[in-house]
Amino acid sequence: MNWTWFHRLGSPKWFYGISGRWLPLLIAATVLLVCAGLVWGLAIAPADYQQGNSFRIMYIHVPASFLAQSIYISMAICGVVGLVWKMKIADVALQQSAPIGAWMAFVSLLTGAIWGKPTWGAYWVWDARLTAMLILLFLYFGVIALGQAISNRDSAARACAVLAVVGVINIPIIKYSVEWWNTLHQPASFTLTEKPAMPASMWVPLLLMVLGFYCFYTVVLLMRMRLEILRRESRTSWVRAEVTRLTGRKK
Amino acid sequence: MTDVFLQTRGLTCERDWRVLFSELDLQLRRGQMLQVSGPNGSGKTSLLRLLAGLMQPTEGEILYQGTPLGRQRHELARHSLWIGHAAGIKGLLTPEENLAWLTALQYGASTDAIAQALEAVGLKGFEDVPCHTLSAGQQRRVGLARLHLPQAPALWILDEPFTALDKKAVAQLEGHLAAHCERGGMVIFTTHHELQQRPANFFELELGQQSA
Amino acid sequence: MNRVFFLLLVREARLMFRRPGELVNPLVFFAIVICLFPLAVGPETQLLRTLSPGLVWVAALLAVLLSLDGLFRSDFEDGSLEQWVVSPHPLGVLVLAKVLAHWLFSGLPLVLLSPVLALMLGLPADRIPVLLASLLLGTPILSLLGAVGAALTVGLKRGGILLTLLILPLYIPVLILGSGVLQAALQGLPTAGYLLWMGSMLTLAITLTPLAIAAGIKISVGE
Repeated sequence: MNWTWFHRLGSPKWFYGISGRWLPLLIAATVLLVCAGLVWGLAIAPADYQQGNSFRIMYIHVPASFLAQSIYISMAICGVVGLVWKMKIADVALQQSAPIGAWMAFVSLLTGAIWGKPTWGAYWVWDARLTAMLILLFLYFGVIALGQAISNRDSAARACAVLAVVGVINIPIIKYSVEWWNTLHQPASFTLTEKPAMPASMWVPLLLMVLGFYCFYTVVLLMRMRLEILRRESRTSWVRAEVTRLTGRKK
Repeated sequence: MTDVFLQTRGLTCERDWRVLFSELDLQLRRGQMLQVSGPNGSGKTSLLRLLAGLMQPTEGEILYQGTPLGRQRHELARHSLWIGHAAGIKGLLTPEENLAWLTALQYGASTDAIAQALEAVGLKGFEDVPCHTLSAGQQRRVGLARLHLPQAPALWILDEPFTALDKKAVAQLEGHLAAHCERGGMVIFTTHHELQQRPANFFELELGQQSA
Repeated sequence: MNRVFFLLLVREARLMFRRPGELVNPLVFFAIVICLFPLAVGPETQLLRTLSPGLVWVAALLAVLLSLDGLFRSDFEDGSLEQWVVSPHPLGVLVLAKVLAHWLFSGLPLVLLSPVLALMLGLPADRIPVLLASLLLGTPILSLLGAVGAALTVGLKRGGILLTLLILPLYIPVLILGSGVLQAALQGLPTAGYLLWMGSMLTLAITLTPLAIAAGIKISVGE
């Protein structure tokens, strides 16, 4: 198998170039998907027979929850790539993903709490999914804090990679133990999203929103990574040329 | 080319956005002594730590007997000895216990050999006192006593070995290092002190000039 | 390799017995934390009995975490860790011995002390074997997972609070299972299943964490 593309991916300059070409497309896709999903979900989709209109917050809550979990997994994958193949781009991606993931976990918790008020009658219930999401938020905080505490850039990246990998092995264990804990203490609680057979008019906008959120994540991640690459490679000639081109003046 | 024991190719070390040294090509053959010198912050310790396998280079590679270090880590570990700023001496343990453990990590040594090594560095009579009661120079000697053990490996990587030693001990250590090289061993070390006794195959690497 | 494992245990034992104060500190901490709860929630026997599984486990978890901050610190400062990294022996084996020694001298005494404190909280005496079994299986997992955080933060000036932040979320499954076993025992339910779960988590931890601890130490030493 030809691996040159894989190693080319490790070159910051190549990555900067290719990501610059992909960004406009991704931004367009994000705007399109999110707008369509929001209009459809908030205005067109029928109200829920049980929850009324309050269920519509699902169109933010569910994509944010999905993303919060996938970002941690993608961070662990970046961590493995960074540790095994010593690829700088993977290190950058890992550290730049963490704050986005933390925000998504936070959004998921916040919307969950808002949704919980009309559904459960309380902002916070020790529901298995919400609790697991809270723990995930703490895991994100750990990665961010560790990355900022270590002053050496390469050490910080590798330490975060190890932590992310350890965390991702733990996530399924945490998830199942929390679910088990939940059934032990408050049997048969009403979970927010597990609904029998959602009609297509409800789940299609949800699907659009999920896809839109994933595109949004990619856009934000690429933008953050490009900035970080410019910062890291600031001594090289191609970055100087790029900065001159962007700002229109000589440094 | 097999007589080249340790070799670096295009070795570059970057710390916190600053290039300490770049494109460093080094060759170390049996019997050679290499003094790494340069001003503070020029990357002397970093170079030694790279060669000892404690750090990863930013660019370039280190070859052990012609093979990249990645695959040869354990071979090199078996044939080299690293003593850093802190020599791994536990204050609560006696010199004898410290040495016994440090040698067990690599090849092991008999109690007699350890006693002789301690005598060679002038610590006879201190075998059974906890190291934290010893002076800084004496603690330094406990670490350096490893160089006097019969199974000591071929390559010694020493970071500032002369720190805290008195004049007599410095002269003795210089002689010991030179003798090790004459026997076909190798020494890489840093120091700010001017060496009085040099083996035939002595050379010096001045860091901190190429970037200036 | 086995010889080095054994020698490291002996070395750790020597170090520990030459400074016995450190052996006692986590135990006293454990006892004080347990005493805080009745003072905070009131001395009602029934309430304390219901809460006792959680209280014992939270206190044990915090005591282990407290003792972990210094796990690699002195070895880092005096250069011992460097010698471990450059030695031809697998670092994973060395750190496993180190963590085992740490557990023997801080985790095991906690386990042995726990029945006394659990009785003070009103846990029935016939549930003590379950308590011991859960702590015996659980505290080594806490030590192993905590050592990953300790290895990653050993080079940092103020690693203590960061260590807590990194490790506590990872402790949650152990906490849930450990106190869950006791709760099941209190309600007279079978406990073997939960204990087996903890056993498999311990096996997983013994297998995988030495790799992560070794990686963490290499990163901290290489900085």
